[in-house]
Amino acid sequence: MMAVLSKSDRPLIELDQVGKQFGSVVALKDITFAARPGTVHCLLGDNGAGKSTLIKILSGVHQPTAGEMRIDGEPIVLTSPRQALDKGIATVFQDLAMIPLMSITRNFFLGREPTRGRFLLRRIDMRHADEIVYEQLSQMGINVRDPQQAVGTLSGGERQCVAIARAVYHGARILILDEPTSALGVHQASIVLRYIAQARERGIGVIFITHNIHHAYPIADMFTLLNRGKAHGTFAKSEISEAEVLDLMAGRRDLKHLDAELARPAPQA
Amino acid sequence: MTHDLASDPAAAAVSAQNARARRRGGFAARMLRRPELGAFGATIFVFLFFAVTAGDSGLFSVLGITNFLQVSAQLGILSAAVALLMIGGEFDLSLGSMIGFAGIIIGICVVQFGLPIWLSVIITFLVAIVIGALNGLLVTRTRLPSFIVTLASYFVLRGLSLVVTRMLTGRTQIPYITKDTTEGTFVSLFAGKFGRGFFTWLGHMGWIDLRPDGLPVVQGLPMSVAWWIGLTALATWILVRTRFGNWIFAVGGDIGAARNVGVPVERVKIMLFIGTACAATLFATIQVLEAGSADVLRGTQKEFEAVIAAVIGGNLLTGGYGSAIGAMFGSLIFGTVQMGIFYTGVDNDWFMVFLGLMVLVAVLFNNYVRRKATEAR
Repeated sequence: MMAVLSKSDRPLIELDQVGKQFGSVVALKDITFAARPGTVHCLLGDNGAGKSTLIKILSGVHQPTAGEMRIDGEPIVLTSPRQALDKGIATVFQDLAMIPLMSITRNFFLGREPTRGRFLLRRIDMRHADEIVYEQLSQMGINVRDPQQAVGTLSGGERQCVAIARAVYHGARILILDEPTSALGVHQASIVLRYIAQARERGIGVIFITHNIHHAYPIADMFTLLNRGKAHGTFAKSEISEAEVLDLMAGRRDLKHLDAELARPAPQA
Repeated sequence: MTHDLASDPAAAAVSAQNARARRRGGFAARMLRRPELGAFGATIFVFLFFAVTAGDSGLFSVLGITNFLQVSAQLGILSAAVALLMIGGEFDLSLGSMIGFAGIIIGICVVQFGLPIWLSVIITFLVAIVIGALNGLLVTRTRLPSFIVTLASYFVLRGLSLVVTRMLTGRTQIPYITKDTTEGTFVSLFAGKFGRGFFTWLGHMGWIDLRPDGLPVVQGLPMSVAWWIGLTALATWILVRTRFGNWIFAVGGDIGAARNVGVPVERVKIMLFIGTACAATLFATIQVLEAGSADVLRGTQKEFEAVIAAVIGGNLLTGGYGSAIGAMFGSLIFGTVQMGIFYTGVDNDWFMVFLGLMVLVAVLFNNYVRRKATEAR
């Protein structure tokens, strides 16, 4: 664990015993973890573990009902996704916030269009925007034929990459990725993972949220396990194997039980 | 966040490849992706059709052309604004009632209150802005479908026009609005003609007929045509070149996604409703100043005609895709067919039949184009 810490700076974002209640329902309780620049921090949890609630707290959609959130060491309550963005926290949701009928460039700069000219002649600098999109996507090894083509024409992996590239380009310091590879095939997923590694090299802190350890283990530096709304410890990769993570996640007994249940006597020769 | 391409030969290679691809996927590919392509084709078809069936009936004489351009232009003013609203994912059924209402306000201001016409028109536009904003606020605040909200304002506005007019004048029409006016210049801005010099020259060259007094039979195009072209150009500029245009596509395409990336979706929708209310008011101003009178029943069914023109022009009913130029072609088809049927002597009732079928074909075609546009290549 110390090895990871020494190569990182202080945490960009910290949760300290954060909890969230909806009425009498406790969705999250005592969540404590910190994301550091240049690190991929994997939040692992099964369905219903509280991943979605946690993402929404991190991205400013929900506000915690207990505990404290800190950005750059300063306590903060994020009140809107816009405020989170301004603080450099960009969330790539599963639906990607991409509009299929709009062009790649228009999607890439949606809400932050570069303009030229003044007053009535103020317009989107489309040529400049196209060039940036080329450049950014080429660096990821994605060869788009034309940045003016509709996003709907891209494959799932390409769309994921465009969504991540958009967040990175617009100055994300913390990148929250919600199941970025779950819907992808092996090849597409590897492109996305390679790009996440690139983002890490640039010093971006990545929070990788998934229910499937196989998607995150190759790239994650740290793991925080969630189960039924609680955090079950944070581990550095050197401390824990994939199998151990899996065990902790599912609850050891469950899997043993399943093994026994599914086991069949070897077929008679 | 810029990166040096030269430092990464692989990236530079991909980039060069992209540049080549950009040149290859040139003009033709771009044109095929345009939403107004279908409407453009249909316009040519309609012109050819009437050139064959009504070629010698006078539809394509100067007078005939002026006629169908005027019909198209008035509808086109509406459909340009409606196209933007539809791309933004909403409807405005109150459009036709707004036309009647706006005409009545102009009439009352001039005839009852004795205000100058220019001031009356400005007041009417201010009222339109308020009504449009109300429509927009109701839609965004209540999250009801705009179909329902504007259905309500459709009745409220038409009813208010009747109530107010009858209360103040005892009738449902307001005549003599431009009688004895000294504001000739202002009136001609909406109800005048442009291109007089050009038409006089055409007359001198003998290309169009002259009346006994030496003036050409058509002395200019109605100002509504100029407004039509101007508004379409403005709407197109907004749509494809400005940030606001980008946001219109976004709120119509996926409102949740637009909100997530920080687009002010409420403001965009309210502006679009103000746009349609103002287009209705411009339409009313032109009609009132051309006819010199206002009538509470003006603008009946225009809300549907404008939607039809926009849909024929390639605008999706579900929002997120379309163009103002498409709406212009849609209006041109509408006007040409309406006048064409008149000139060919076919029973005018067939126009509605044609219109219904045309809408059906247009929607099917639009859906096909949309599927093509988002197909993975």
